Amino acid sequence: MDTAQTDKFNFSLSRRRMLALGSAGLVCAAFPLSSVAEAADADKAIKDLFGDGELQEGRVTVDLPPIAENGNSVAIKVTVDSPMTETDYVKRIAILSPRNPIAEVAEFQLGPRAGKAEVATRIRMAGTQTIRAVAEMSDGTLWIGKASTVVTLAACIIG
Amino acid sequence: MSIRISAPDTARKGEVIELKALIQHPMETGYRRNNRGEVIERDIIKTFKCTYDGETIFEATFHPGIAANPFLTFYTRATTSGTLEFRWTDQKGETWSETHALTVE
Repeated sequence: MDTAQTDKFNFSLSRRRMLALGSAGLVCAAFPLSSVAEAADADKAIKDLFGDGELQEGRVTVDLPPIAENGNSVAIKVTVDSPMTETDYVKRIAILSPRNPIAEVAEFQLGPRAGKAEVATRIRMAGTQTIRAVAEMSDGTLWIGKASTVVTLAACIIG
Repeated sequence: MSIRISAPDTARKGEVIELKALIQHPMETGYRRNNRGEVIERDIIKTFKCTYDGETIFEATFHPGIAANPFLTFYTRATTSGTLEFRWTDQKGETWSETHALTVE
């Protein structure tokens, strides 16, 4: 990615522009299938990160576009239903991909100072899949949310 | 290294403010190959930390699944006037940081 292009970057236009930039000049090569994570790997990653606690569905909302033309940069927003007070807040949020070579995509540490349990970033997606987000609350409970995106051009992380 | 921060200069006490941080970095996954078929070495930013008046308010750990030029939007509650510091550390331990002064009325 050359500097001139990136310098044009503007927060208000970020998504479209970054998608366009991400596709430029990438070299893809064949890649052994063994390095692609499975749903089981995402489950294992959740266990590694959060232990054996029960995962409850709900409270976590994952926003992804329904279709991503380019898997190299897909905007994602994770919102957790929490008052974010001194006694009731979100401690951690993790984003997991069942199809990327590494199931863990990102982990975020929050706290009562965050004020609002919402995080947005851009991720790579190696093909159409259901991204999971797990949140750990201050009381130790674990919540999971999911969202799917159809990826028409997969990220070059798998080839 | 280009860093872009978007944060308000002033806020009311108790207000929840939006912070945006972008750093220019290839986030090379280690799975791509160059045109000679050789694997391009992994080169990623591993952690990001935001402190407010010295106290850590938000931390992120990145894996290769984060897109090039890591971009984050998160929030904090304005408490006192102080400095927001945004710090990125790559896998080799190199760090980049940027600060932003926040005035709380």
